[in-house]
Amino acid sequence: MSLKPYATFEDKFWYYGSRIVCVAVLAFLILPILIIAPISFTSGNMLVFPMPGFSTRWYETVFHTQAWLDAAKNSLFIGLSATALALILGTLAALGLARSQSAWKPFIMGLVLSPIVIPIVITAVGIYFAFADFGLSGTYLGLILAHTALAVPFVVVTVMASLERFDFALVRAASTLGASPFTAFRRVILPIIFPGVAAGGLFAFVTSFDEIVVTLFLAAPEQRTLPRQIFSGVREYVSPGIAAVATLLVCLSTLLLLTVQLLERRSRKYRNF
Amino acid sequence: MALAAPLLLFLVLVFAWPILAFSYRAIDNGVLHRSFPATHAALQDWDAPADVPPVAFDALARDLQGIGSPERVAVTARNLNNFLEGFRSLLMKTANRLPPEQQADWRDTFINIDKRWGETKYWAVLKHETGALTPSFVLAALDLKLSDDGSVTRVAEERRLYVPLLWRTFEISFWVALICFVLGYPTAYVLTRLPPLAAGIGMICVLLPFWTSLLVRTTAWIILLQGNGPVNSLLQFVGLITEPLQLIFNRFGTLVAMSHVLLPYMILPLYSVMKLVPENQMLAAQSLGANIRVAFLRVYFPQTASGVAAGLLLVFILALGYYITPALVGGPSDQMLSYMITYHVNEVVNWGMASALGVMLLISTCVLLLVMSRFVKMRQLMR
Repeated sequence: MSLKPYATFEDKFWYYGSRIVCVAVLAFLILPILIIAPISFTSGNMLVFPMPGFSTRWYETVFHTQAWLDAAKNSLFIGLSATALALILGTLAALGLARSQSAWKPFIMGLVLSPIVIPIVITAVGIYFAFADFGLSGTYLGLILAHTALAVPFVVVTVMASLERFDFALVRAASTLGASPFTAFRRVILPIIFPGVAAGGLFAFVTSFDEIVVTLFLAAPEQRTLPRQIFSGVREYVSPGIAAVATLLVCLSTLLLLTVQLLERRSRKYRNF
Repeated sequence: MALAAPLLLFLVLVFAWPILAFSYRAIDNGVLHRSFPATHAALQDWDAPADVPPVAFDALARDLQGIGSPERVAVTARNLNNFLEGFRSLLMKTANRLPPEQQADWRDTFINIDKRWGETKYWAVLKHETGALTPSFVLAALDLKLSDDGSVTRVAEERRLYVPLLWRTFEISFWVALICFVLGYPTAYVLTRLPPLAAGIGMICVLLPFWTSLLVRTTAWIILLQGNGPVNSLLQFVGLITEPLQLIFNRFGTLVAMSHVLLPYMILPLYSVMKLVPENQMLAAQSLGANIRVAFLRVYFPQTASGVAAGLLLVFILALGYYITPALVGGPSDQMLSYMITYHVNEVVNWGMASALGVMLLISTCVLLLVMSRFVKMRQLMR
């Protein structure tokens, strides 16, 4: 909405005022994330200003530090495993819940979504005690299961959203043509809702990839993930090496965000079918 | 519907049951109940000021001989210490020196091992805290305690820790929600009114922090706000200050970093509500003679109220459970309930207390979630 020619002084004040606030807030949101990038290229040993010079030495250090490489490997392995598990459980559940009229549905949705809003420390401590009884603490399996529980709500929500636009008559058509339920899912449902499933998977991956509190409680030293490694680094002192890792992670999250935006555009295209 | 069963089973086992089991620890006293069955029975008719009956000493000797492995003795001693400081060393010492054979006078034996057995306060703990359940942790979480005569009283003023902590948690969450609202409302409004390209770029600015690791964002704030960081350097360069300001490891740093992390949760629900308000309504109101403030307050704002309520409650609820950000950018007086829970789990090893505090946090969260569910479907917030 542009300013009208007959706008009063007060109209102009609010018009430009809100725009200035908006730009300032967007800068507040984005600048702290972007500013670590130039900082990580310092040639000095400390993050002081002004920077003494430009160098890529901290990136070289990070790529030659076994602890960072192991952490990256752990994060990827746990993240991908949790995503796979969350996708299977979440997509199945979304298919079941999408058209359900059951009186239990609000209750079930509440349970499915609660990992997002229950304070993470409570979840973490609860899982820590419960898993200790089953020998799951300090194991990869334990971390994967816990991360799956935290990630699965995002899969359910995104897949359910894409199923809202799905015409279930297509499934009936497939089954009259002799398709088993699994074939109908694989050949009819999945191709159509794929952008939603993929976006849910990315959400799930990021949830696990960023997770720190459960990891703090559950992970043994050999399961240190990237956030865990950053956490112990930040506690001591913030070295430029951490800024370098942070920059790499920002690049990764930008990539994932753009992918999700692309997927959403694709699923919007499907809506017009 | 059956398709949802695997997920439900999974969530019950990996999520719901662990939380319930952890909550149960707030009242669970199974360890002491199993360790002192005879003592518990022998002390039924005894009350604090009176002398401890000799049968209680006999019973305690039998219970201690029957506890079993040194690990179980240690666990029992640690549990007793949760109720009375010093009980751990007393019990460990007594268990180590207790003669295995029957004694003529167990009372003498105990008092010879440690004269603290002559004091009634240790026996009061053995009487009150050897039932299957205990109210003590829940009471302690509310800064209350059971007196020796069994009545509930407030603890001494200087020992009231947890209610002030709960208030501080609410206070920090409140300020974060308010800051997010003040910053988020105009931003979300302008985003709905921008041409598509600018709005798209703006939305990326909102969503990128959302997708960026919490640790990365917190690290960024530590770098930015530290004594020789960019913010202080800039302020000194401009000449506003001569000495670096303490911007981090205090309340200011905590509020800034938490608002930054939670701001997208305010902007997104506001944006989706504001998107539905027709653009020309404000113009219509103004053409009917309302000035811009009246038009905003009477026409625009009421239509966005549900988004405001959703955003405020969502940010408040999420802020309540915050742990990492205050732990890394806050000072000692900026720590919230979550920190105290981990402190009791990791440092004090008083799991009953951790659980009671957890239940307090859980109840606060659930009550607010119920309030919020009146305003919004949670699902709508996710997009």
